[in-house]
Amino acid sequence: MTQKYAALAPSSAQKFRQRIVPLIVLAIVLAIIPMFGPSRTVYSLLNAMGINIVFALSYNMLLGRGGLLSFGHAVYFGLGGFAAVHAMGAIGNAESGFWANYPVFFLPIFGFAGGALAGFIIGWPSCKRAGTPFAMISLGIAELIAAAGFMFGSIFGGEEGVSADRMVGTEFAGLSLGPISEVYWFIAFWTVVGVMGMFAFTRTPLGKLSEATRDNPERVEFIGYNPTRVRYLVFIFAGAFAGLSGGMAAVNYEIFTPEALSLAPSGLVLLMAYIGGIRYFTGPILGAILLTYMQSMLSDYTEAWLLYLGLLFVCIVMFAPGGLGGVLYGFTDALRSGKLGEMMGKWAGQVLGAALALFGMIILVEVAVYWSNGFGETFEPYGLHLTFSNPLTWVLIVVPLAAGIYILRRLATKEEGVIA
Amino acid sequence: MSENALSLQGLTKSFGPAKIIQGVDLDIKAGERHAIIGPNGAGKSTLFNLISGLYTPTSGSVKLRGQEIGGVPPFKINRMGLSRSFQVSNIFANMTVRENVRCGVLYSMGYGYSFLRNIGNLKEVSEKTAEILESVGLIDKANLPAVLLPYADQRTLEIAITIAGGADVILLDEPTAGMSHSETDRAVELITKATEGKTLIIVEHDMGVVFNLADRISVLVYGEIIATGKPEEVRGDPKVREAYLGDEADDKTEGDAA
Repeated sequence: MTQKYAALAPSSAQKFRQRIVPLIVLAIVLAIIPMFGPSRTVYSLLNAMGINIVFALSYNMLLGRGGLLSFGHAVYFGLGGFAAVHAMGAIGNAESGFWANYPVFFLPIFGFAGGALAGFIIGWPSCKRAGTPFAMISLGIAELIAAAGFMFGSIFGGEEGVSADRMVGTEFAGLSLGPISEVYWFIAFWTVVGVMGMFAFTRTPLGKLSEATRDNPERVEFIGYNPTRVRYLVFIFAGAFAGLSGGMAAVNYEIFTPEALSLAPSGLVLLMAYIGGIRYFTGPILGAILLTYMQSMLSDYTEAWLLYLGLLFVCIVMFAPGGLGGVLYGFTDALRSGKLGEMMGKWAGQVLGAALALFGMIILVEVAVYWSNGFGETFEPYGLHLTFSNPLTWVLIVVPLAAGIYILRRLATKEEGVIA
Repeated sequence: MSENALSLQGLTKSFGPAKIIQGVDLDIKAGERHAIIGPNGAGKSTLFNLISGLYTPTSGSVKLRGQEIGGVPPFKINRMGLSRSFQVSNIFANMTVRENVRCGVLYSMGYGYSFLRNIGNLKEVSEKTAEILESVGLIDKANLPAVLLPYADQRTLEIAITIAGGADVILLDEPTAGMSHSETDRAVELITKATEGKTLIIVEHDMGVVFNLADRISVLVYGEIIATGKPEEVRGDPKVREAYLGDEADDKTEGDAA
C-alpha cells in the first residue's frame, strides 16, 4: 500500500523541478537584473511590475482558485497601502519606542495585516453569497469604500492623499531605501515572499478546498465543509496578500490617494489576471508583467493604449480563454510531446493572420486618433502621410485587415473540417 | 431504539402547496441495507435531501442514532457520520481523481480548514486516499482530471468520495443509473464491499440491483411509504404490485426478451 501511495504522489525530483526550480529561477533573475545597470525608468517599471505581480496573484486566489469574481479587489490593496503609509508616517514622527526601531523595509507586514483585517470585516457579509450576488456585492463595497475614501479626509487625506517619507527609521540590511535601485531590492524581496506565500497556500488543505468549492460548492457541503466558511477564509487571505502589495506600493511611491481604492485599479487587476490566464498559477504573473509594461511604456507611444488593452482583452476572452499562460503551456506541451512540427504550421498561420489584422487595426486607430484630436497633426510612420483623405491609408487599413481575418477564418474552418 | 441508525417520524415536506413528502415513518437498523423504490416523482430524492440536510423538513423528525438532524446543515450531518452520493455525478471536475478523494478524506482526518500544512506531507491522508482508490479500482486513473473519466468511472468516483470520510451511514442515490449490465454488476460488487458493516440506504430503479443488495425494501408512492419489508414480502404485496412493480415487471420481461 505504501508503495502504491508513493507511486501516486509526484516524486521528490518532480516536486523539486516543478515547485522549487521556478522559484529559484525567479530569485536569480531578480538578483541578476541590477548587474545590467538599468536606468531609473527601468527600475521604476520593474518596481511597478513587482507590486502588480503580487496584487494580480492575490486577485487570482479569488477568481482562478476560488471561482469568486470580484470587482473591488483594489479596496484591500488600498486599505493595506493606507495602513502602511500611516505606519511609515508614525516611523517618521517617532523619537523612540516601537516605531523608531521598526524598519521601513518590513512595512508590507502592516499592509498584509491591514488587508487581512479589511477582508475579515468586509468578507463576512460578502461571502454569504457566491456567483453573481458576490460580484455585485463586491462592486457595491468598492464604490462605498472609494466614496468613503474621499469623505474621511483625516484617514485618507482627501484628494491629495496621504504621503510619507520612506528614508526614516532603522535601516535594514544597509538599505536606506533612498535611491530607486535600493527600493528595487525591497520590492524584489517582497515579490518573492508574496509569490512563495501564495504558492504555498495552494498546497494547503484550505487551498485545495478552495478549488473544490470553486468546482462544486454543493458537494463540498457533503464532505463535511461549509463552503461559506471556505470562501470567507480564502477571501481574508486574498485581502491580506493584496494588502501586502499595497504596502509595497506605499514604500515605492511614498503616497496613497483614495484613487487607489476605486474601480479603475480593481478593473485593471481583473484584466491582468484574466489576460495572464486564471487557470495557471503563473498566469497572473505574466499578465501583470505585460500590462504594467503596456501601462507605462505603450502609453508613451500612443494615446490609444487603453484601446489596445481593451482589444487584447476581448481577443483573449474570445480566442485564447486560457490567457497567456494557456498559450505558453500549449507551446511547451507540444514541445514535450514532439508535436511541435505539426502545431508550428498552424501557429505560424495564426500569428501571421493576427499580425496582419493588427497592422490594419493599428493604422485605423492611429489615424482616427490624430483626426479626432483635431490639432492638424497627422500620423506619419516612416515618412508616410496618412490621413483619411489619403487613399493609401484605406489600402493599408483594409487590405491587411481583410487578409488577416481571411487567414484566421480559413484556419478555423480547416480545423472544424478535420474534426467533422 | 438505540440500535436504529436512522429514524424518520411523521416527516413531511411541502414546496408551497405541493406536498412532496406526506408523513414518512421509517426505522433503519444499524448495519441494515435498505432500498427505497418507487415510481418517478414519488419523492425519493426529496427524502434523501431531507435526511442529508439539503432541505429542512416542513414537519416531523429525522434522527441519526437518536440525535435530531432535521434542519441541520449538510456539512454538520456529514461530520456526524452520514454521507450521501448524488443521482447526477457531483464531483470536482477540474481536479484529479486523487484530489477528489483526498478532499473527501480531509475533514475526517482532522485537518479542517488548515492553512499551515502542506497537503503533500500529510502521510496518513495520502495513504487513506490510496487505500480508497485501490478498493474502488480507480488507482490506475488517480492522476487523471475527473472530468476526463468515462461515465461509469465518474459514478464510481462519486461513491469513492461518499465513502472517503468514513461515515457509517451511507446514502446512495441511484448509483447505477445509466450503466450497462456489466458496469452495473461491478458497481453492485463495489457497493457491497465498500459498505461492509455500514448502514446503507439506496434509491434505485434497477430491480435486479435492489433485490440483490437490500435486506429490506420500502416502497415510496406519492410521498408515502406504502410498504416496508423483506424483498420477498414486498414482492408479494398486492398494493406494491399495483402501484409499481406490475409495470416494472412487465418492462423487465420485455427487456429480457429483447
